[in-house]
Amino acid sequence: MTLTVEHTTMPVLGRLPVHSSRAEQIAHIAEAAKQIRIQDLKLVHHAGAGHIGGDFSAIDILATLYGAVLDISPATVNDPERDRFILSKGHVAGALYTTLAAFGFLPVEELATFLKPLSALNGHPNRNKVAGVEANTGPLGHGLPIAVGHALSAKLDVSLRRTYVLVGDGELQEGSNWEAMMAASQYQLDRLTVIVDRNRLQQGATTKETNDLDPLPEKAAAFGFAVVEVNGHDHGELLDVLSAVPFRPGKPTFVIAHTHKGHPISFMSNNVAWHHRVPDAAEYQQALTELARYDRGRV
Amino acid sequence: MTTIVRTSIADQPRYDCRDAYVETLAELAEADHRIVGVVNDSVGSSKLNSFRKAFPDRLINVGIAEQDMVGVASGLANGGRIPFVSAASCFLTARALEQIKADVAYSNTNVKLCGMSPGVAYGELGPTHHSIEDIAWLRAIAGMRIIVPADPIETAAALRWAASSEGPVFIRVSRMSVPKVYADDYEFQLGKAITVREGNDVTVISNGTVLWRALAAAERLAEEGISARVLSMPTVKPLDTDAVVAAARETAGIVTAEEAVSGGGLGGAVAETVVQHHPARVSILGFPEFAPTGSAGYLLDRYGLSAEGIADAARKLFKTGK
Repeated sequence: MTLTVEHTTMPVLGRLPVHSSRAEQIAHIAEAAKQIRIQDLKLVHHAGAGHIGGDFSAIDILATLYGAVLDISPATVNDPERDRFILSKGHVAGALYTTLAAFGFLPVEELATFLKPLSALNGHPNRNKVAGVEANTGPLGHGLPIAVGHALSAKLDVSLRRTYVLVGDGELQEGSNWEAMMAASQYQLDRLTVIVDRNRLQQGATTKETNDLDPLPEKAAAFGFAVVEVNGHDHGELLDVLSAVPFRPGKPTFVIAHTHKGHPISFMSNNVAWHHRVPDAAEYQQALTELARYDRGRV
Repeated sequence: MTTIVRTSIADQPRYDCRDAYVETLAELAEADHRIVGVVNDSVGSSKLNSFRKAFPDRLINVGIAEQDMVGVASGLANGGRIPFVSAASCFLTARALEQIKADVAYSNTNVKLCGMSPGVAYGELGPTHHSIEDIAWLRAIAGMRIIVPADPIETAAALRWAASSEGPVFIRVSRMSVPKVYADDYEFQLGKAITVREGNDVTVISNGTVLWRALAAAERLAEEGISARVLSMPTVKPLDTDAVVAAARETAGIVTAEEAVSGGGLGGAVAETVVQHHPARVSILGFPEFAPTGSAGYLLDRYGLSAEGIADAARKLFKTGK
């Protein structure tokens, strides 16, 4: 198994015009999510490594953000007024790279270097090597404080630029997140949105078995956030919610996106074994077949 | 020569470098709106009350939360601000070490980390509050610049340098009072040793609160006919290896003296350089263990970081090295 440019087949999708209808936007996001999954599957299978469970859990969120929500494009990737997206769960770097390639931030062919010696595409993202990456994440519990810092800078600048951070649910066991949530609330950072990829699985077990996060909505609300729950695989719900922040003036937003690790592949979905397992040849073919049939993000 | 050594440096007036720190930070903030302070409730211990009064929106207090403090600073830098993180060095460097590694150094963000009251400044409060490990920890991190100013003039100069140069830096800001070592027109240069006293018999390399003690030691040695070179080494990383190699080549040996652990700090950096480039004898003065109860001054004396302790180490090197 060697990853080559022959495996980088994804079309570059780009953004729809801003006046496109909601239905057109949702269809565009759905197509992007499908293409990103197919490409990411090829990366992981042929590179022989990656975190496909978490990738597939997060891809609908990433596709929605980059496809229709974030005010950022390859042309504005260094614009001080761009929206910021910080991937705190840095181990799904493969999903981020594939998403960035789908929207033109890096050449699709560069994905063939994923994890190879001296590649810019490390197992965890590096802002100094990949355009569009905002922070060098990987150790858990780092993205949310960084996002709070950026949201503070926007507030000091009296800027309307927004800050989004995607955290894993298991990651919320790190105390630094809760430190940052207290500060976000204290400083009334209502242009900050925390998105939780709530797939209820961590590396070796469910979050409930490990260090239960529930009642998560109540906890986030108690920390001063406006809390919204969505189906994290429904592009319409994601688009509506992520475009609408702030929900409460003066309050940061906490979006609990209910997801399944490995979604929508039948043998991966909600299966803890697929945290970083690599699909073999038969599994790869079956997953490709399922993805080809899969449409419009519906579970 | 930029030193002002008169009869004895030990008799000069003493200053708390935090005063120079806050005065300079306010000047820099006045001139550049991008500069902000970030603290972990450490407004008083960093002497930042006047800064908060002058720039109420630009002193960000995240509460007692060091990991968040450094992550927030990294995010502020992402948004174009120049954050000066100001917190007790023990908590800043230990509690937020992974944020310093990943969010600041590896991410290469424009964050200025100011470790207040480092070394054994907290004296009787004990090893939980001592920050003698900070330099060794941060020295292991690629891309981190480490500056240990010796007096208020160098503290101010290092801050001005940090504000005008891009990228991560850690600056120790001493609480223990020190005499002025430098002239008022001193300008800080990263990675450059300063020969604060000429000499060719033996070399003492020092920085921070111990530098003036090294100068006082050289005064004693001069009375005995031993000519000690004193190198001020404010930048521990990147180290001025040329100055170290020259000292190894030209004198009988090198004594390092610092308010830090005796392994992995300035002494470690000097020893690594000497061993690889010009093997010579090195005597490392610092703290080899958790310090017992005692004031900061008592503890420095106890571990040989006094004029007499440093002179004694230099004497031994000189007498056995000739």
